Amino acid sequence: MAELLQLLVYGIVLGSIITLGAIGVSLVFGILRFANFAHGDLMTVGAYFALVVANLQLSMWVAFPVAFLGTIGAALVIDRVLFRPLRRTAPVILLISSFGVALILRSLVQLIWGSANQVYEAGIQMPYVVMGLRIKPDQITIVLGAVVLVTALHLFLQNTKMGKAMRAMADNVDLARVTGIDTERVVVWTWVIAAGLAAAAGIFLGMDTRLHPVMGWKLLLPVFAAAILGGIGKPYGAIAGGLVIGIAQEFSTLFLSPAYKPAVAFGLMVVMLIVRPKGLMGGRG
Amino acid sequence: MEITGLLSYGVFFATLAGIYAVLALGLNVQWGHTGLFNIGVAAFFAIGAYASAIFTTAPSDMHMGGFGMPFLIGIVAAMVCSGVIALLVGLITLNLRSDYLAIATIGIAEIIRLFLKNEGWLTNGVRGIPGIPKPLSGVIEGADELLFLGVVLAAMLVVYLALERGYRSPWGRVLRAVRENEDATRAAGKNILSFRLQGFVLGSMIMGLGGALYAHFTTFISPEAFDPMFATFLVWVMLIAGGSGNNRGAILGAFVIWAVWSGTEILTGMLPETMVTQAGALRVLLIGVLLQVILLLRPQGILPEKAPEVRGGMDGDTEKARGAGRGPSE
Amino acid sequence: MTANARALTVENVFGGYGGADILNGLDLRVGPGEIALIIGPNGAGKSTAIKAIFGLVKVRAGTVVYGGENLTGLRPDQIVHRGMCYVPQEHNVFPLLTVHENLEMGAFVRTDDFSHQLEMVYEMFPALVEKRNVQAGTLSGGQRQMVAIGRALMMEPSLLLLDEPTAGLSPIVMDSIFEKIREINGMGIAILMVEQNAKKALTFADRAYVLVMGRKRHEDSGPNILADPEVAEMFLGGGK
Repeated sequence: MAELLQLLVYGIVLGSIITLGAIGVSLVFGILRFANFAHGDLMTVGAYFALVVANLQLSMWVAFPVAFLGTIGAALVIDRVLFRPLRRTAPVILLISSFGVALILRSLVQLIWGSANQVYEAGIQMPYVVMGLRIKPDQITIVLGAVVLVTALHLFLQNTKMGKAMRAMADNVDLARVTGIDTERVVVWTWVIAAGLAAAAGIFLGMDTRLHPVMGWKLLLPVFAAAILGGIGKPYGAIAGGLVIGIAQEFSTLFLSPAYKPAVAFGLMVVMLIVRPKGLMGGRG
Repeated sequence: MEITGLLSYGVFFATLAGIYAVLALGLNVQWGHTGLFNIGVAAFFAIGAYASAIFTTAPSDMHMGGFGMPFLIGIVAAMVCSGVIALLVGLITLNLRSDYLAIATIGIAEIIRLFLKNEGWLTNGVRGIPGIPKPLSGVIEGADELLFLGVVLAAMLVVYLALERGYRSPWGRVLRAVRENEDATRAAGKNILSFRLQGFVLGSMIMGLGGALYAHFTTFISPEAFDPMFATFLVWVMLIAGGSGNNRGAILGAFVIWAVWSGTEILTGMLPETMVTQAGALRVLLIGVLLQVILLLRPQGILPEKAPEVRGGMDGDTEKARGAGRGPSE
Repeated sequence: MTANARALTVENVFGGYGGADILNGLDLRVGPGEIALIIGPNGAGKSTAIKAIFGLVKVRAGTVVYGGENLTGLRPDQIVHRGMCYVPQEHNVFPLLTVHENLEMGAFVRTDDFSHQLEMVYEMFPALVEKRNVQAGTLSGGQRQMVAIGRALMMEPSLLLLDEPTAGLSPIVMDSIFEKIREINGMGIAILMVEQNAKKALTFADRAYVLVMGRKRHEDSGPNILADPEVAEMFLGGGK
C-alpha cells in the first residue's frame, strides 16, 4: 500500500510535468492544426535557459521569467521564420518542418551547453517524510507550480477576450475568420502560452531529474499521448490526460521494466485512439 | 595508394547511399504515393536488419538463432517481418488522420528500439549481433565490397522498376486518388483502408529490405545504429529533397543528401580539437536547416512528381492531402 | 437602430476555388433595406456567390461594390468593418463556447461598449436568454441558427448575408426563422440570402435572382418569380 501511494506521488509529479507540455501541444494543435514535434525540444530549451541563470547563482525566481521570455522568444522566431510561410500549405508540411525544428533546437542545445547531464543545484535534497511517504521539496514546487499555471491559464481562457478568441479559433477557424477575429494575433498568443508552459515543464523536468539535450524529446511521446487522451485540441482534456499518463507510467513499474515506461504511455494512447478517438472528455466530432 | 583509397571510399559511399535510396523508395510508396505519414522509418529498418541477421548468422547462444540461412532467405525474412508488423500497426492506425498516424509511428519506433535494446534473448541487447555474413564474399578475391555494392544497386534497381510499374498501373492511380481526395475515392467505391494498408505494408517491406542490406553490409548491428530520430529524419530529408512522389527523385535525393551528409563530416573534420565532441550536433543542425530551406524554397523537390493529376471530382472544397491545403493565415 | 442606406452591386463577377470558374459573369444588386434571394439548381454557384461577395472566394474578374466602396479583393475581417456580416450554412457557431460567448465573439473587433446590442439580440431571440451559459454545440438546429444570426448582428451590420438559414430545420422552426429574418429586415437591415425552401422565401422577397451555371437567368420580385410558370417548372419542383 505504501509503495502504491509512493508511486502515486511520483505519478502526480510526472503527470504535472506532462500536463504542462500537453496543454501546449493541444493549444497549438487546436489553433494551428498541426502536431508540433518540436514541442519537447522547446521544453529542453526552456530548461537550459533557466540553467544559465541558475549557474549565475541567482534564485529560481529569476530563472523562471528568464526561461519564459527566452523560450517564448524562440517559439515566436520559429513561427515567424518557418511556420508562418508554411501555413498556407498543408498541415502535414508544418509537421515535417517541426520535426526538423526539433533536431535544430536539440543540436543547438548540444552545441551551446554540451551533451553531459547537468543539474540546477548540486547535492541531494532531503525529502520530507509524511506518513511514510517521501516527498522532496522540489516535487512540491513542481505540483504547486503546475496548479498555479493551469489555474492562471483557465482564468485567461475563460475571462479574457483573447482567451475566448483562442477557444473560438480552436473550435472553428473558418468561423473565427468570418467573424473578424484577427487570427494572426491569436496565433502569437498561442505560441506565448504554449512556449511559456513548455519552459515551465522543462524546468520542472530538470528539477525532478537532470538536464540533458534529449530530455524534452524523450518526454514528447507521453506528452502527445496525454494530449490525445484528453482529446487533442482541448486544453482541459490535456490536464486529465497528463495525470493519467503520469500515474500509469509510474504504476507500470510494478510489473514492467522501467525501460518500457514510454511504451505504457503509447499503449494507453493507442487504446484510446481505438476506443474513444475523441478523447477522455468526449465532446463533439 | 591514393587512388585505391579514394576508390574504396567511393564504393563505401555508394553502398550506403544505395541502401538509403531503398529506404527512400519505401517511404515514397507511403508518403509520396499514398500520403501516409510515417515517422517510424527507423523501426522497419531495424526490424529488417535484425530479422535478416537472426536468420543468416551462425547459431549462437547470445541471441535467437542464428539459423545459418542463405542471404536471400534473410532478405525474405526481413521483408516478411517488416510487412507483418506494418500490417498490425496499419490495422490500428491507418484509419486515423495523418497527425495521429505520425504520432503512432513514432511511438512504434520508440517501442521497437526499447524492445531491441531490452530483450536480450532475441537480440543480444545493447551488445548487438556480430558476424552477419556478407553475400558473395570471397567469390572474387579483394572485391567483396565492390560485389556487395552490386547487390545493393541491383536491389535498388529491382525496387525502382517494380514501383514504377505499380505507380503507372491502375493500382497506383487508386493510391494517388486516396492521397489526393479520400472522400471522392471512397465515393467511387474503393476501400480506402485496404489501399492505405497495401501502401503502408509495401513501403515497410521495402524499408525492411533496406535494413537487411544494411546488416549484411556492416556485418554487425546493435540498437545504437537505429537511432529513430536520425535514420528516419535523414530518409525524410532525402525524399523531400529529391521530390516526394517521384521514384527517381527518391533515389537522387538519397545520393545527394548522403553526399551532403558525408560532406559535413569533412567540414566538421576541420574543426578545432576542442569542438570534436560537438561535431555530430553541428552536422545534424546543418541538415535540419537544409530541410527548412528546401521546404521554404523548393517544397516539390529537385525532381517534382509528374504523375497525371488525379481529378478530385468535386470543385473547390476538396481538402488535399498535400499541396494547397487550408491554413489559418489564408 | 438606423442602418444607413447602402446598396450592394455585384457586376460581371468571375471566380471559383482555384480550378474552373464557378461564377461566370454574375450580376446582382441588393438595394438598401431590401430582402434579396438567390435560388437555382444544385451546383449553380449560389453559396459561392455569397462567399465571393464576402471575400471568401477569389474574384478573378468583376467588381463587388458596397455603399460606393469597392470591396473586391478585401478579406472577410476587413469587410466586417464595413457593415456587412455573413452567416455560413454549416458550422456557424462555436460549439464549445457558450451562447453568450458566441455573441461576444461576434463583437470581437468592436472596441466600444456593445452591451446594448447584446440586449437587442436577446430581445429578438428570447429563447437564447435561458441558454446563455450553455455550450452552443448542445443546442437544437433552430436555436443554433438563432445564435449564428445573433452573432452576425453584433456588429450592427446594414447588410446580412445568409447562406441557407433554414437548411435541415423542421417546417415550424423554419417559419420562425423566416419570421425573425423579416423582423431583422424591419429594422432596416438589408438581407441577401440563399434558400433551398424557395417558395416560402419568395413570398416576401423584394428581389429574387435565379442562378444557373454561375450566371443570372432571371431577376424579378419574389412573388412575380413565384408566379412565373417556367421558373416554377424548372426550379420549384413543378409548381406542386
